[in-house]
Amino acid sequence: MERTALRRRLTWQTGTVTQVREETSTARTIVLDLPDWPGHLAGQHLDVRLTAPDGYRASRSYSIASAWTGEGVELTVEQVPDGEVSPYLVEVLKVGDPLEVRGPVGGWFVWRPEDTGPVQLIGGGSGVVPLMAMLRTHAHAASTTPVRLLYSVRRPASVIYRPDLKDLAASDDVDVTFVYTREAPPGEPRVGRIDAELLAAKAFGPADDPTTYVCGPTPFVEAVADLLVAAGHDPSKVRTERFGPTGGPR
Amino acid sequence: MGIVSPGFTGRRRGGSDLPPGQYLTRDFPVLSAGPTPHVLPEHWEFSITTETGEVHKWDWAAFQALPSEEITRDIHCVTRWSKLETDWKGVSLDTLLADVETGADFAMAHSYGGYTTNLPLEDLLDGQAWVAYEFDGEPLGAEHGGPARLLVPHLYFWKSAKWVRGLVLSDTDDLGFWESAGYHEYGDPWKEQRYAGD
Repeated sequence: MERTALRRRLTWQTGTVTQVREETSTARTIVLDLPDWPGHLAGQHLDVRLTAPDGYRASRSYSIASAWTGEGVELTVEQVPDGEVSPYLVEVLKVGDPLEVRGPVGGWFVWRPEDTGPVQLIGGGSGVVPLMAMLRTHAHAASTTPVRLLYSVRRPASVIYRPDLKDLAASDDVDVTFVYTREAPPGEPRVGRIDAELLAAKAFGPADDPTTYVCGPTPFVEAVADLLVAAGHDPSKVRTERFGPTGGPR
Repeated sequence: MGIVSPGFTGRRRGGSDLPPGQYLTRDFPVLSAGPTPHVLPEHWEFSITTETGEVHKWDWAAFQALPSEEITRDIHCVTRWSKLETDWKGVSLDTLLADVETGADFAMAHSYGGYTTNLPLEDLLDGQAWVAYEFDGEPLGAEHGGPARLLVPHLYFWKSAKWVRGLVLSDTDDLGFWESAGYHEYGDPWKEQRYAGD
């Protein structure tokens, strides 16, 4: 998609929910049939708009979880405590319901199959969603570009897409490492955050010259991006997407 | 009005004093496209380059010696959060541009780390824009653009470039970083100019 395509005027369109999949106790994948969808790049997001019977509206942005294969778009939504839109998407929306969306949006945090350099993906929590779109696009394009995913989660039950990731990791070109921060499964002794040692052992190093995509809550992204720069990665090849509160002083 | 979402009643997190589509936050989210640049004040420099190539430059000491202002404004992020009555301290662009001779209509803000964003020059004048270096009485943290960022509160906050290092004035309205990636070239929150063509 060229720059002109990225600047195409975006209009609201109505999709229909064709499927919902519970991913964890708080995250759900919504499959939408969108007849007028122009296609998207892996890593792009879209806006969802909800309208109450009295006309009140609320919109939020969500990463697209699926590769563009010519039909349907998948979103994976993590319920935000005290949220306004995510509780509706995770708990109320059902198959057959209409949903208004606008997109795709964003031309920076994207991966294209034509990009042939090594790809390092680092996700925290639901930050794995746009990275999953990249892994799925990689598989759909039968790309042989080496890809590594580091996926940081609190505990095994928090893992989104476990069966899909297992399938993808069976490819010679894809490497998946789970990092458990609170509780690890049996036989996995390490519990703790991503640190310099783990990056050195499991991620592409600066000498491999990867493009690195980091997505997750702000403190996670700040910490990981700082570690990557300290390890010698070129900051211009570290792309980040942050969400949620700062966790820091205001 | 579009379709009604079956079963959606809404939590009414907006407010009559917010631009359309925004909700209120008390937190201060961080949104940047890459790692946070850590720029020491003693290495910081701010320049204004005119359309004829004339360069005006301030280092940290010269910048601090300029008259500063305390600013209280609402800020609005294109990702839909708004924060009311935020307190800043900074130097007005009126002050920085006072001795700059230019007939240019546009400015491109450039940041440490490579970020850019475009603005009409008239949006930077008449008490509408600052280079801010304090937030809430404290030096501006690196994740929020410290040591200094642009503050243009009447536009979506991506125009308030973090880690700002200079302005390049021009007769043409070129697109900056997010503007080239699908976002609106101007970004008025009250007109909901989020994406190209809005």
